[in-house]
Amino acid sequence: MSTPTTPRLDALEIGQVVADADYRISRDGLVRYAGASGDFNPIHYRDDVAEAVGLPGVLAHGMLTMGIAVQSVVDWLGDPGRIVDYGVRFTRPVVVDPIEGAGIAVVAKVGALDPDAGEARIDLTVTAHGGTVLGKAQVRVSLR
Amino acid sequence: MTMAGPFALRRLGFRRAPLVRLASVPVNPELQGRVFAPTDPYLVGREKVREFSRAVFATNPINHDPAAAVSAGYRDIVAPPTFAVVVQESTLAQLLAVPDAGIDFSRIVHGEQRFSYSRPIVAGDELTATLSVTSIKTLGANAMVTAESSIVDATGSHVVTASSTLVVRGDA
Repeated sequence: MSTPTTPRLDALEIGQVVADADYRISRDGLVRYAGASGDFNPIHYRDDVAEAVGLPGVLAHGMLTMGIAVQSVVDWLGDPGRIVDYGVRFTRPVVVDPIEGAGIAVVAKVGALDPDAGEARIDLTVTAHGGTVLGKAQVRVSLR
Repeated sequence: MTMAGPFALRRLGFRRAPLVRLASVPVNPELQGRVFAPTDPYLVGREKVREFSRAVFATNPINHDPAAAVSAGYRDIVAPPTFAVVVQESTLAQLLAVPDAGIDFSRIVHGEQRFSYSRPIVAGDELTATLSVTSIKTLGANAMVTAESSIVDATGSHVVTASSTLVVRGDA
């Protein structure tokens, strides 16, 4: 259902930034996501296990980074049900410091417009510790 | 599902793998095309949707408040876009449990993930997932397995397809 605050497809331009958001993942947040998702791989909350398998530290779940990144688009849309397709490649891990956590920066730009389908493709640039952590992160949204 | 992080791709020498390797392909190629039995129905609980929403910083009222969801045109609160992974998880467990798959759990890294929705998941949905192995490609000593889980509601209507590409590391 379209509301007065739903973005208008015909007002969008390719390359337009529709969201620019920063998030912070904490160790507590990793435990919370483990419980919510059912992914209890200990590399996401135990330093000793992460070290034993040769990782630089405890890592955020890739699916957590993916889940957080799309929220920038949801907040712009005002409706989580308008996401019709969302895909990413996991290109680099996000190390989460026990005290500082990890910052995730998301910039969302209009990548393509499909007026016939009433849809836009939004391309995400997702960085942490100065590097890109999700590749080819694309969200198709319905603006009908 | 439990998998090593993507960092392992480089740490384990993924980029340095030889281009051709005839022996020790880590996944049984006969898995390609296999379709698994549907999973037991998963009942999407309202509190589970709220719990998952909090975990991924989904603060929209439509994720939490039934009245807000109904006024936006939904039957109940809407799950975040990546929630389908909770339902998909049991299908990937089916894949890893295949005795002749040759997939060593500790050698898997998550390469890609995608969700394609026909409609959003809402609280109260009873979802059943059917796994298909759509592609197995060999890249050096590694195999890339693409597994698609088609998730339908209690009426059999498609809700979402969750697709994962898993990189399975072969012998170094």
